[in-house]
Amino acid sequence: MKAFTQLTGTAAPLLEKGKPMSNVDTDMIIPKQFLKTTERTGLSKGLFHELKTLSDGSPNPQFVLNRPEYATASILIAGKNFGCGSSREHAPWALLDQGITCVIAPSFADIFHNNCYKNGILPVCLPEDVCQKLAEQAGGSNHVFTVDLEAQTVTGPDGESHGFEVDEGRKANLMAGLDEIGASLTASARIDAFEAERKLTKPWLEPAR
Amino acid sequence: MAGKTLYDKIWDAHVVHTDADTGESLLYIDLHLIHEVTTPQAFAGLKAAGRGVRRRDLTLAVADHNTPTENQSAGLAGVKDPEARNQLETLTRNVAEYEIEYFPMGDIRNGIVHVVGPEQGRTQPGMTIVCGDSHTSTHGAFGALAHGIGTSEVEHVLATQTLRARKMKNMAIEVSGSLKEGVTAKDLALHIISVIGTAGGTGHVMEFRGGAIRKLSMEGRMTLCNLSIEGGARAGLVAPDEKTFAYIKGRPAAPKAGAWDLAETYWRTLHSDDDAVFDEIVHIKGEDVEPTVTWGTSPEQGIALSGIIPKPEDFDDPVKAAACERALAYMGLEGGKPIKGTPVQRVFIGSCTNSRIEDLRAAADVAKGNHVAEGVRAMVVPGSGLVRVQAEEEGLDQIFIEAGFEWREPGCSMCLGMNPDTLAPGERCASTSNRNFEGRQGRDGRTHLMSPALAARAAITGVIG
Repeated sequence: MKAFTQLTGTAAPLLEKGKPMSNVDTDMIIPKQFLKTTERTGLSKGLFHELKTLSDGSPNPQFVLNRPEYATASILIAGKNFGCGSSREHAPWALLDQGITCVIAPSFADIFHNNCYKNGILPVCLPEDVCQKLAEQAGGSNHVFTVDLEAQTVTGPDGESHGFEVDEGRKANLMAGLDEIGASLTASARIDAFEAERKLTKPWLEPAR
Repeated sequence: MAGKTLYDKIWDAHVVHTDADTGESLLYIDLHLIHEVTTPQAFAGLKAAGRGVRRRDLTLAVADHNTPTENQSAGLAGVKDPEARNQLETLTRNVAEYEIEYFPMGDIRNGIVHVVGPEQGRTQPGMTIVCGDSHTSTHGAFGALAHGIGTSEVEHVLATQTLRARKMKNMAIEVSGSLKEGVTAKDLALHIISVIGTAGGTGHVMEFRGGAIRKLSMEGRMTLCNLSIEGGARAGLVAPDEKTFAYIKGRPAAPKAGAWDLAETYWRTLHSDDDAVFDEIVHIKGEDVEPTVTWGTSPEQGIALSGIIPKPEDFDDPVKAAACERALAYMGLEGGKPIKGTPVQRVFIGSCTNSRIEDLRAAADVAKGNHVAEGVRAMVVPGSGLVRVQAEEEGLDQIFIEAGFEWREPGCSMCLGMNPDTLAPGERCASTSNRNFEGRQGRDGRTHLMSPALAARAAITGVIG
């Protein structure tokens, strides 16, 4: 996993009637027809597929990521409960493949939130009014934002910084780009001991094979 | 010191280690269910790192998401979509290489992963169960801590048999009294989600408690826990009781003889203590729950069957008003009109939410002696090969076929449209599945979630009602 420390880049607002779009589900982020891959890469073609294409398959010029000024966006601003629904990790993979490594929203669904951290994507929670304000700024002529994980701040084009909360452990792992499996395997002896105890006290959990 | 909730007890019994600095725990996993869609990248990761599967005996694989629900005897060669076939073949190769037990398409034990686990007796109280699928919450019906994980976590569990986890909060959904005649677990679940919203349970494990929950069958409890994720809670729980034990007893993987007594003694300790503290409690009167259907594109957009489709101006919250406007436009509906009488073109009875024998019986009761309305295409997809056989032994297949329903082979089918079963643009479907998201069952398809009985009625009459 690539480490995340600081990011300066274009922020794209995902709006619905001028408000950051709420309840953006993972089916919307990447619909089912793109889940048949056995790879983690190349998924940007499916990102927001039904929003970014018209019924005839041509690009929807209105969709934010199709607009030339947001083509290189690395930050997405959306509404509450972002990433709800299916557990598909294809959703963060598609964002990553598009170059988006930070999503700012008032709240995230649990599984998606977790999946972001496993892929070097920083989900930033900020209050609804702040997200609204940031979305408006991102819609303006200057949409370059800076996200600093170390300092835990988001700075918009107006220069105002907004602090955000982040779990210390997740922050450390993200900043280090930690190989979590490798780190967990260093606890093998503890897992062995747990298993030995489990076998003794809950023998019915050992399948007869 | 306050007592423990059921979640606290299961959590405490599975913590291998907690990092004092980060608060992150390694949680031991008792059962890892895997399927073809969310595992290829995990196995590829294992291989690239030269790692193995720690406990293949605690891992069970099924093929379900991509599998066609017709002509399964033709095997994988009969899967027309080359990408789907490749994913199924990849799983077949991976389970062979790592010697993981596998119920492939066509095996009588094959079916939707969340139907198979309980059916085989693999799902047991007090366990931790994970799967790369958000509806893993289903298994919480047995008093197991069960939730969906991402593919990176699938790889982590394969390699270590543990999950890196942080303890969630406790939420109680207290449902008192009884559900009225004709009101099912599906109606209750949709009602709860319409009350708390799709993010209502975020960060929490949701324990369903109270008299109305005790009266639910195991199938009903599975439907309810299945939908806890649609209320934002990764995991739902129902404390085990006599019904739970009776359901498990005698199943292939159920504890045998002396081990059973030991297990049952432990299982009887699995309930929230009287003085346990919940971070949040929601009270619902069982008698207040009506047959419920969704009108919009989020599971929280549900109303009583006798209700009126809302208008954007009915919502004070501007975000909800915008969502309502978008949903009405997508669904082709008008606010202020009754939902009853809305015509449907398709009916889907199936999915990990409602494809068990009790669900099929409820639908067959409605279908019996009637016929699917003209212009409606209705299909029934049993949750597993074993459910299918049982339904056939009970004659349910004949009832459905005579009534003009298609009787299919098991799989996820039209719940998510990854296989040939999909909606055409603009088609409206009465569906017993779990998500009415835009495009979920097919691009521009319109999904109304409801119980099996209501879906069957929609098939017969051609309208929601």
